[in-house]
Amino acid sequence: MSNKSRFIYLDHAATTAVDPRVVEAMLPYFEHSYGNPSSVYRFAGQAQEALNTSRRTVADILGCTPKEIVFTGCGTESDNLAIRGVAWASRERGNHIITTPIEHHAVETTCHQLAEHWGYRLTVVPVDRHGMVDPDDIAQAITDETVLISVMYANNEVGTIEPLAEIGEIARKRGVHLHTDAVQAGGSLDINVDRLNVDLLSLSGHKFYAPKGVGVLYVREGTPLLPIQTGGGQEGRRRAGTENIPYIVGLARALELANDDRESEAQRLAALRDRLIAGVLGAIPDAFLTGHPTQRLPNSASFCFQGIDGEATLLQLDLAGIAASSGSACASGEAEPSHVLTAMGIEPRLALSSLRLTLGRENTAQDVDDVLGVLPDIVRKLRALSPLYPMPVSEA
Amino acid sequence: MYSETLIDHFQNPRNVGVIADPDGYAKIDSPVCGDLMEIYIKVEDDEIADVKYRTFGCAAAIASSSMATEMILGQPLEVAEELTDAKVAEALGGLPEAKVHCSVLAASALHAAIQDYYAKHPQSAKAEA
Repeated sequence: MSNKSRFIYLDHAATTAVDPRVVEAMLPYFEHSYGNPSSVYRFAGQAQEALNTSRRTVADILGCTPKEIVFTGCGTESDNLAIRGVAWASRERGNHIITTPIEHHAVETTCHQLAEHWGYRLTVVPVDRHGMVDPDDIAQAITDETVLISVMYANNEVGTIEPLAEIGEIARKRGVHLHTDAVQAGGSLDINVDRLNVDLLSLSGHKFYAPKGVGVLYVREGTPLLPIQTGGGQEGRRRAGTENIPYIVGLARALELANDDRESEAQRLAALRDRLIAGVLGAIPDAFLTGHPTQRLPNSASFCFQGIDGEATLLQLDLAGIAASSGSACASGEAEPSHVLTAMGIEPRLALSSLRLTLGRENTAQDVDDVLGVLPDIVRKLRALSPLYPMPVSEA
Repeated sequence: MYSETLIDHFQNPRNVGVIADPDGYAKIDSPVCGDLMEIYIKVEDDEIADVKYRTFGCAAAIASSSMATEMILGQPLEVAEELTDAKVAEALGGLPEAKVHCSVLAASALHAAIQDYYAKHPQSAKAEA
């Protein structure tokens, strides 16, 4: 294998490094143009201008008007604001919410809290074995009481891209608002809100080379929304609190950079992803690709390996200088198999073996080949230790 | 998160394998996280003459299995019976709180294999007592 001291980062779905061009764009707003955009004197105008420009940049990429953009503190906050905000504002009209079993916890937990504590009714439509939602299931779940549908754009664990435009068409016909958690899609897929037919869309800066701690919620004009964080009138009275100007500037710059070469970069990453998938499935027996074979994020490859535990694989990869991720995290003390994988019908023990490799801007074909150089041996070694591989006849 | 000793046992696990005709055998599931350990012992003159295992689980589970078997190999049964999860964890240089159940799995499996040996060998000293 190659030089052991090399570090290969293959966990871009977790977070990304801040692009130096983003840092550069942010820097003036810490020490120099530090004014509060709500202040009236001319000095604050620099911050106001930066805020307006950033909002316009993001709006242009989403294909919406600047006033439909709300800057938030993170993707989780955007999801919370979208779901709770629409649910609260629509309480008179209805109390029914539709979602899927593969959502990020930021959506899942928020929906469940509304159901458990605030009297909302929740319908969780199924997904198929690839993690794909059937728009017909959404259509059938809609009732006169339905106020919100929340379906993620692309899944964080398995990369499956959901048929949002179709779901959005159904939602619009029935007069129901559609929210999408586009946190994993931001920067790599088309996020034009009209093509996607969505009314609310969440983004998180640190997934596309902006810093952690800044997000976006797109809110289509006319969508009822009560703020969940109350106070001043910032962000069109939808999100109180002094705007985090340097981070907002950074997010806008990062989204702009990602958008500039989005299609060519997606193509490059998809080629690396396919090389990785083919290499893993070719070299490792009893390995399975999770998620959709073609409708998946260009940078995401996820697998299950019969008979081994995902965390053990991760640590072996880490010792070989490769940072990756698993759907299972025995570190929480209660290792539940991933809710995403089990919703797709993958049996719990196989789900515990999951490995997710997510590529990014700095990755090369050499990185992929280096992973392929060590992963088959790691799996072989762990399987030699495992009482579950080959499966005992009695359990097969 | 993990000590050097633990990493060493994870990367170079001792006593891995199966024994075709074991004197004692046990297969234990962790109720906490789905980990699974299978352990085989050979007993001669009331001593653990050989021990092998296979474990499905995280690094801490694998290292705990390795360390537990290393600690009891060649030891008299009564010494092996004294092995506790705390001793395994200590020998590994400590375990993160969330991983303590991994050492419990190793100790429980070992004790179950010794019990299996006594059950199958009622003439042994312990069974007569």
